[in-house]
Formats: sequence, structure tokens, C-alpha cells
Amino acid sequence: MDITGIASYGAGFAIMACIYAIFALGLNVHWGFTGLFNIGIAGFFALGAYTSALLTTQPPDPALFEDFAFGGNIAEYAPLDLGVDLWFAVALAAAGAVCAVIALLIGYVTLRLRDDYLAIATLGIAESVRLFFLNEKWAANGSKGLYRIPKFLDEWVSPEHYDYLYLVVALVALAVLYLAVNRAASSPWGRVLRAIREDEVAAEASGKDVFAFKMQAFVLGAVVMGIGGALYAHHIRFLAPLTFDPLLATFVIWAMLMIGGAGNNLGAVLGAFAVWGIWTGTQFLPGIFSDPDFRLFMIGVLIVAVILIRPAGILPERRAFSRRRIPDRAPIAEPPP
Amino acid sequence: MALLEVSNLVAGYGETEILHGVSISVDEGEIVTIIGPNGCGKSTLMKAVVGLVDVRSGRVTFSGADVSALPPQRIARSGLCYVPQTDNVFPSLTIRENLEMGAFVRNDDFSERMDEMFDMFPDLGSRPSLRAGSLSGGQRQMLAIARALMLDPVLLLLDEPSAGLSPGMVGSVFERIRGINRAGVSLLLVEQNARQALSMSDRGYVLSSGENRLEDEGQALLDNAEVARLYLGGSRDRTESDSPK
Amino acid sequence: MTALRTAIRRISLSWTAWHTTAIIVFGAFALGLLPFVKMGLVVNGAILGAIIAVGAIGLTLIYGILNFANIAHGDYMTMGAYLTLFIVGGALSALGMEAQGFGPFTFGYPTLIALPIAVALVAAGAIALDVAIYRRLRDRGVSAVVLAMASLGVAIALRGLVQIVWSGDAQHLPRQSKPVFHLPMDVRVPPDAIFVALVALALVSAVYLTLTRAKMGKAMRATADNPQLALVSGIDTQRVIWWTWGMGAALAATAGILLAVFQAQMLPSMGWRFLIPLFAAAILGGIGSPYGALVGAFVIGVASEVSTQWINPSYKPAVAFGILIVMLLARPRGIFGSSG
Repeated sequence: MDITGIASYGAGFAIMACIYAIFALGLNVHWGFTGLFNIGIAGFFALGAYTSALLTTQPPDPALFEDFAFGGNIAEYAPLDLGVDLWFAVALAAAGAVCAVIALLIGYVTLRLRDDYLAIATLGIAESVRLFFLNEKWAANGSKGLYRIPKFLDEWVSPEHYDYLYLVVALVALAVLYLAVNRAASSPWGRVLRAIREDEVAAEASGKDVFAFKMQAFVLGAVVMGIGGALYAHHIRFLAPLTFDPLLATFVIWAMLMIGGAGNNLGAVLGAFAVWGIWTGTQFLPGIFSDPDFRLFMIGVLIVAVILIRPAGILPERRAFSRRRIPDRAPIAEPPP
Repeated sequence: MALLEVSNLVAGYGETEILHGVSISVDEGEIVTIIGPNGCGKSTLMKAVVGLVDVRSGRVTFSGADVSALPPQRIARSGLCYVPQTDNVFPSLTIRENLEMGAFVRNDDFSERMDEMFDMFPDLGSRPSLRAGSLSGGQRQMLAIARALMLDPVLLLLDEPSAGLSPGMVGSVFERIRGINRAGVSLLLVEQNARQALSMSDRGYVLSSGENRLEDEGQALLDNAEVARLYLGGSRDRTESDSPK
Repeated sequence: MTALRTAIRRISLSWTAWHTTAIIVFGAFALGLLPFVKMGLVVNGAILGAIIAVGAIGLTLIYGILNFANIAHGDYMTMGAYLTLFIVGGALSALGMEAQGFGPFTFGYPTLIALPIAVALVAAGAIALDVAIYRRLRDRGVSAVVLAMASLGVAIALRGLVQIVWSGDAQHLPRQSKPVFHLPMDVRVPPDAIFVALVALALVSAVYLTLTRAKMGKAMRATADNPQLALVSGIDTQRVIWWTWGMGAALAATAGILLAVFQAQMLPSMGWRFLIPLFAAAILGGIGSPYGALVGAFVIGVASEVSTQWINPSYKPAVAFGILIVMLLARPRGIFGSSG
């Protein structure tokens, strides 16, 4: 590989790492700050990606495609046709909005209930979304997938240099979301989330509307994930239900956050780059190390190992909080008079 | 040597220390009552003795053996049984099954002991296959005590046995407690219903803010003007009890 | 809605789960008698429900006693199926035991030998994982969600392990085609389904007897009710926890084998995909309640199977999920649940 090849490979790697860092940030809002257990990241990933792709992909050529009919081409919608590719921003916003709506619905049903019900609900949504796009061929071409998803600003550079441009786009998106999430986390709102994570009963007792705060955090995280999904769609430019296999759309993101440091935004980003580096790096190794199944196994082992050995991850959360359990039946002190 | 000897016990939950060095003792055959204001650490003291709350320093010896580091199930096996104030039965189990769980560590035939319990508490004996969750407050309290008695304990710890009961029921529970004591079981009580409890106790302790305040014979504490004013309330009625959550 | 809730509450208080089960079974068949519902689908759904029940009872026991959602439960199922395949194809065939078509069934007698061995291995594995992982976390006093998180890691690792050894492709036990039983009302039952139903019935009865007759079973219910009181009663709760893992994982492994027999194939993702019906059944019945899980399983099994009369069969998991969501909205504690 010559130098330009390496640079181009590096750009492709960095784009994916940025996108994964965005997912890890979204998950950090859920798990790291609020303690919401989302095991259906793939659902929000898919919703964001498909929303953006379906809004922007050219109407299909009947000769190429069979029985499906997608193609909202918002780029040709006059008010958005201002010479600049404004459609991209609209598509990202729409991706976030769809995820927000779905998060509101799941949150309404489960966030008042036991913590683990949310996990089941997110799993159910991820599976339902996958089944929908797999079976409803009219919606997104079923298992054959959606392709020719448009590029953003593709007339600006030649195709062989396009990745560099998109890397800038991904970096800008990551930076904006990072700053936004960081700001939210260090605000009084973010402190309430941490208080809820540590001791929900105490937070409730001090007059906080726990349900509302959890809902806001759940929606915010889902929006971030939806934007990540949209960025993925316009980078890979091909989406199929297989894209959203839990391994690469949920599990690996959990590993990134846990290893990087749950509760720490910089840790989430660092974890995404590190795990994605190991993930892509190991494919050049000989033997079992490049076996995707072995890597799947290692992801599971790593998650357990982090929980057991270094629960705080590489970059621990700054304020020293412990996830101590409040005894179920023993009151903290004797009941007040 | 005392049956139960607690010396300079320090214990608490998490970062909160509740007991700052409490010492009490119970001799064989005695009824001993601990009274004190809410939050003084009475329940925590009991939980620390039976191993539900970690002992940070100090010692708990039972029949001469140090039990302060033993897990709860080992302490129960040694003959020190405990009835919590609330959540003291297994609601989805039947009355009979509750008693069987009380005898969990016994590998011998305990049916005779169970019959004794049914004799002692006829309310339980009449419908042994009723689920504990459907019992009234008083019946639950009886079942909880019977459960703890299944192990033939040497010492029984009762945390507020009269809490939440109707006045009529309170008298009957105290009557049973006296009966249990006559049968040779030593008793350590925590009671809100201090007057009645002290009047049948050999000795009593007054605890305050996790420390010993007073120790005397039961009747002497009743006659103590300061105790009467601070902890017994003006009237002879039972003081307001904690409602179970 | 309120009237319905009151009715449900009255049923759950005054009748035992067994009566309700009988009602649901009769209800299912009454449903099948309706002119617009195919009885064949109801029967299929009941068999699927039996498999869900075996898995969901284990899940709900673990939830009731260890107080967390075992995300790896589906992968314990997968392990059961693949270990059976391994024993049949490896050890037993090396010993010269090779056969298909035992009696009316498609599989051979080696599968029947392998089944209990695989189940015991998964149960032992679950206990070993408790010692290695969950007990340490419990001792540290972590919250239930962290335990669930750890079980997610276990689930991923087990799935990876299965894929390393057996690849991601579909596998099946050595089998031989057998004639299908034809029953009235256009019901066709493959003989393997009878096997599935019998094993499930035997296991559910065994669980029932264990929980109501055996000392350890009663101790499990007591610990689920109130762990602190169990401790001070002298119950060795650590042993109770190991029994729970052993029983729960053994049930899961059997459910996995039954599913592999029923569907005539196994996939590494089969257990993970089965999590939704499992949790739907457990939550529907009231999490922590084994009777509830039994009832919930039949509701989920029959409903998702009958739904295929009108909607695409591949939406079955989504139907189970839909029922779960409706249930969470109407009565979050489930039919037999006592604590939300």
C-alpha cells in the first residue's frame, strides 16, 4: 500500500471511529449518566440511518428495483435547494426526530417500571425495526438493502478524495455533539441525572420528577444515536437489515463505552477509537485473532472483565461515585418519628 | 457469664455510623427490653447482633463464643433467633411452609415442634395451609414468632413485636412473650410500647443517639421520673407505633 | 378497563395458577373452534408456548431470587442445543452410537442420551459463572442493572463461543423424515412436537413439585419472598442461589434443545432472538412468579402463532413484543405479579 492508500484507509477508519464515538456518547447519556440499560442501540441506529436514507435517496429506477417505492428526495425540494447541500442537515435532524419519537413511546411505557424492563423494550424495538425493514420490501428493498444513498457535498471534491471531506463532516458532527452532551452533563440537569443513577429514591424524595428526567435523558441519547445512524448511512451508502446485527450495532458500542469509561464523555470517545482500532487492526492478524467470531467472544469477555476488574474503565468518571446498592428491605436508618 | 454480651459495638450502613459503642448483656432466663427514641439505633443493634449489619468494632459474644463476624445463618444455627419488625414472614408461603423454613437448618424430625407451635398459637394451627400473605397483622406477628421458635432458640430477639397491632392484640402478644420466657427462652426486646414491655422485663436499657443512656431493672426504669418524662410519654397508653411500610 | 383489572385481580387471588392454566388451555381450544381461527395454529402455538414456558420459568426463578434480568438466558438455551449436537455428533458417534428416527420421532436415541448430559453441563456452567462473576459482584453490592450488564457480556461471549466452534450457519441434529400425525379439524402435528410437549409437561411438573414439596424448592420461594428473613432463618442463601442457577439454566438448556428439535435446526442467534418471547411471558405473568410465567408463555405462544393467520409469520417476535407493551401499559405487575 502506498502512502495515499494508507491515508485513505486511515480516513475511512477515522470516519467509522467518529460515528461509533457518537453512538458511545449517546449510550453514555443513557447508561453513563442516568443508568438506563439500553441493549437495543441497533434499533436507534437503524431508525436514524433508514430515516435519513429514505428521505434523500433518489426515486428508484423501476428497471433496477423491483416492488418497492421509496424515495423522498428532499434535495430537490425547492426551499432546500439553495446551492449548498442543506438537505443533509435536514436529514440528520429528521433522523434524530424519529428516534426521539420512538424513545418517547418506549420511555412512556417502561421508564416508570423496573430498570431492566427498559432493556427488554429496547431489545424489542431493535428486533421489530429489523423485522420491519427485512419484510416490508416496499419500504427499503428488504434484505437486498438500500443503495445509492447520496453523498453530502459530493460536487466539492473528486470521488477519490471524498473520504477526507466526509471525515471533516464526521469530526464536526462529533465535536458538536460532544460539546452539547458535555455541557448537558455538567449542567444542574446532568447532576440530577447522576443523583437519580446513584439513588433514585433519594432523588425522588428531594422533589425531583425522576420520570421526567429519565425521559429527557433517554430521548437525548436516542437523538444522538439517530444522528450517528444517519452519518453512517451517508458514509457507507448502503443499508440492509444485516447492517444492524447486534454485534456491530449494539455489542461493540457497549464494549467501547465500558472500556473507555462509563460516565466520562472523553472516555466514551477514547473507547470508541481504541476498540474500533483493535477491531479493524486485528483483521490483519493471522489465525484466530482475525476471526470475527473470536472477536465477538472477546467483546463479551472484555465487558465482563471491565465490570469485574476496572468498573470505571480507562478514563474514570471525574466525580467519584460508586454504584452502591441501597438495601432493598433494610431502611438506611430507623424510620423517622 | 452472660448469655449475650455486646461490648462497645460500633455499626452502621454505608457511610453512616449508627451505633457508636453500645454495650448490653442478657443473662440466661431474662427478659431484657431496649427502649429509646426513634432513630437511636435499637433496630440496628439487633441487626448487628444477628449479622445483618456489619460490625465495625466491638464484640458480640453468644454463649461465650464470638459471633461478631459470623454470617446470619450461622448465628441462627447457634440458637440466637431474630424476628424483624416488618416483613417478618414469607408471604407467598403457607403457614406450615413458613414454620418449615424456620426449621431449615434442622435435619431431624421437627413435626413435634411444629405441633407445639400450633398448640401455642391456635390461630395458626387451625389453617396451616393458608398463605402467610393473607394473614392479619396480629396473626403474622404470631407466625413470625413461631417461625423463630422452630429452632428451639436459647435467645430470641424481637424487634417491636407490638408495632401496628390493635390494643387488644398487643396484650395477647405480650402474654405469649411471657409464656415463651417461662418455657426457658431468654428474650431481648425492642419496644415502642415501653411501659408494658418494661413492666414484664427483668432489666431494661435506654439507648439514645447510638449510645447507652441508662441501664436498670425494668421496674426501676418505669419509676424513674426522667425516663417516664422522656421516653414513656405522659399517659399510660401505648405510644404511637411505627406503621409498617 | 378498570372492570377488567378488577376481574383479573379477583382471579389471581381466588384461584390458583393451575385453574387459570386450565382456563387458558381451554380458552385456547375454544379460540381454535372459532370459525376464523385455524385450530392447527392454536395447537402449534400451544407447543411453542410449552417451549417458552420451560425457558421463561427458569428466567423468572432467577429474576425472583437473584433480582436481575439474566440477559444470557437465551444463550444458555443456545448452549444446550449445541452441546447436544456436539455430544451426539462427537462423543456418541465416536462410540459407535449413531441412529436417527427413534420410534415415531425424527431424531435418534443418541439425542435422548445426550440431552441430560448437555443439560447438566449447562447447569454446571451456570453455577461456575456465578462463582466466577455474579457472586463477586453481589459481594460488592452492585445494583441489579450492573448484574444484567454482566449477563449481557456473558451472552455475547457464549454466542461468540458457539460461532467459533460451530460457525454461524444453521445446524441440525441427525434426523430422518417421519410422517406427520393427522388429527381432526385439519390439525397436523409432527411427531417431534409430541416429544416437545411431553418433555415440557414433565419439566413443568417437576418444577412445580420441587417448589412446593422439596425443602430446597421452598427455600427458593422463601428467598425470593424475602432474602433477609431467609438469612436470619438460617437458610443458606448461597446454596439457594446455586440451586436456582442450576435449575434455571437446566430449564433453559432443555428449552433450547426442544426448540432445535421443534424447528428442525439450530442457529447461534436462536437464543438471543428468543429473549423477547421469554421476557414477554415472564413479565406478562408477573416477573418472579413461575405460575405466571407458565400462563404468560401459553398466551405468547398461542397469540404469536395465531397472528400468522393475518400477518407475516416472521413478525412473531414483534407480536410477542406488542403483547408485552400492551400488558405493561395495562397492568405492569403482570397477571400474578405482586411487586412492580
